[in-house]
Amino acid sequence: MTEVALKRTPLFEAHQKLGAKLVGFAGWEMPVRYEGTLAEHQAVREAAGLFDVSHMGEIFVTGENSLEALQRLIPNDASRLKEGEVLYTPLCRESGGVVDDVLLHRIALDEWFFCVNASNIEKDFEWIQSKIGDRAEVLNESPNWVQLALQGPRSVAILQPLTPFLLNNLYYYQFAQCRVTDVPVILARTGYTGEDGFELYIPKEKGLSLWNALLEAGQKEGLKPVGLAARDTLRLEMGYPLYGHELSDTITPLEAGVGWTIAWDKGAFIGKEALEKQKAEGIARKLIGLETTEGIPREGYSILMGEQKVGEITSGTHSPSLKKGIALGWARSEFLKGEKEFSIGIRNRPVAAKRVKPPFWPTHVRKKT
Amino acid sequence: MNVQADLKYTKDHEWIRLEGKQGTIGITDHAQEELGDIVYVELPAVGQQIQKSKSLGVVESVKAVSEILAPVNGKVVEVNSALNGKPEQINQDPYGKAWMVKMEVANPSDLDDLMNVEDYKKYVQEEKA
Repeated sequence: MTEVALKRTPLFEAHQKLGAKLVGFAGWEMPVRYEGTLAEHQAVREAAGLFDVSHMGEIFVTGENSLEALQRLIPNDASRLKEGEVLYTPLCRESGGVVDDVLLHRIALDEWFFCVNASNIEKDFEWIQSKIGDRAEVLNESPNWVQLALQGPRSVAILQPLTPFLLNNLYYYQFAQCRVTDVPVILARTGYTGEDGFELYIPKEKGLSLWNALLEAGQKEGLKPVGLAARDTLRLEMGYPLYGHELSDTITPLEAGVGWTIAWDKGAFIGKEALEKQKAEGIARKLIGLETTEGIPREGYSILMGEQKVGEITSGTHSPSLKKGIALGWARSEFLKGEKEFSIGIRNRPVAAKRVKPPFWPTHVRKKT
Repeated sequence: MNVQADLKYTKDHEWIRLEGKQGTIGITDHAQEELGDIVYVELPAVGQQIQKSKSLGVVESVKAVSEILAPVNGKVVEVNSALNGKPEQINQDPYGKAWMVKMEVANPSDLDDLMNVEDYKKYVQEEKA
């Protein structure tokens, strides 16, 4: 067996100096925690947190036929995007299964970029390129960017003094190109935590200086560096799906509870026939949220009704905000009608679980009203 | 890494302190450090006979589930149920307040098979490398 060396972001040494525990994740050696997951989670909910998410990928699509090419590619409606707006969409196979779930940004009329999951960068790039063909230019720019996420209620207070751009101009799922310190960045009001905040796409060689500038500017606001462990508890409290858990090549958006991303009326797109068929015939399994007060649900545990297995946990954790166990999992649809009592098999013992409609914790993103 | 001279250690990072025939058991400072914030503990039933290397219970951090394994054969005589409400004590005081289980040890000489503090320190260094 050959061991493949883990990739490192330009901030690797900065993480080491901060005392991070570094682990392998999707082929990258990433900080899983610094001070501690509970403290980092709480910082994001109550003050702010800074994440290195440079492992995520950026794939650019340009050309005069790019809108038309993207409309055939994705289930969601790219024509709804104005310049400076962001759209969440799955990329579906003909089967309806999900290649990846991504954020599509419209930079200009004919210029777009996808932010994609680290584990899927090559797969996505090949998929997008093969499906778009010569109708537009597709470029994998992932190695050239550092991505930082600044998340939490104090994000604006931390970031505003570092940029001449008026942050008030951006609402959730909007972005702009501006300078932060002297660095030109793509600044998006997006995130994976449910809090107000930003994701910054930064030229690779400027990543470290901006990381340091943000940490310093945030010191008096309670900003903490945050690792992947808290990123996971934060997203799970929001009920956000994570690729490889709630979504995969064999799970459709309808099954994963993100059917709202399918623009049925926009015309043809890859996977439409399969998804229409599934919708007409009924969806056999659906994603649900569960809470436990005793024991922590984990991926792979059975969802039970009486003695019968009716589903399986896809993500589960201890919720630092609720101080309870929370989980997402699929259950067979015939068991989901009406009020039902579920339990979760934890080490061969059924533990009572309450069905809850996610989010498990309220969101505080800056939506345009 | 914090270790204590009067304890014996296992390769799974449990410690045991023998007083007469009674062994007090917990997880090491290194183990709690590796796990991170501990948020859940499951302890065995008092009176249970447990074989060496069989499960004495479970500690869970935010991210991971970790079994506590019996360092030696014996019978559970007391559990530290205060940990159920305060699992974070395992992070704060792993050799003191956060002991987990007291066992009546079947053969006190079985402890000879476990590591002393010097061996354990070496073992942790090698594991890290």
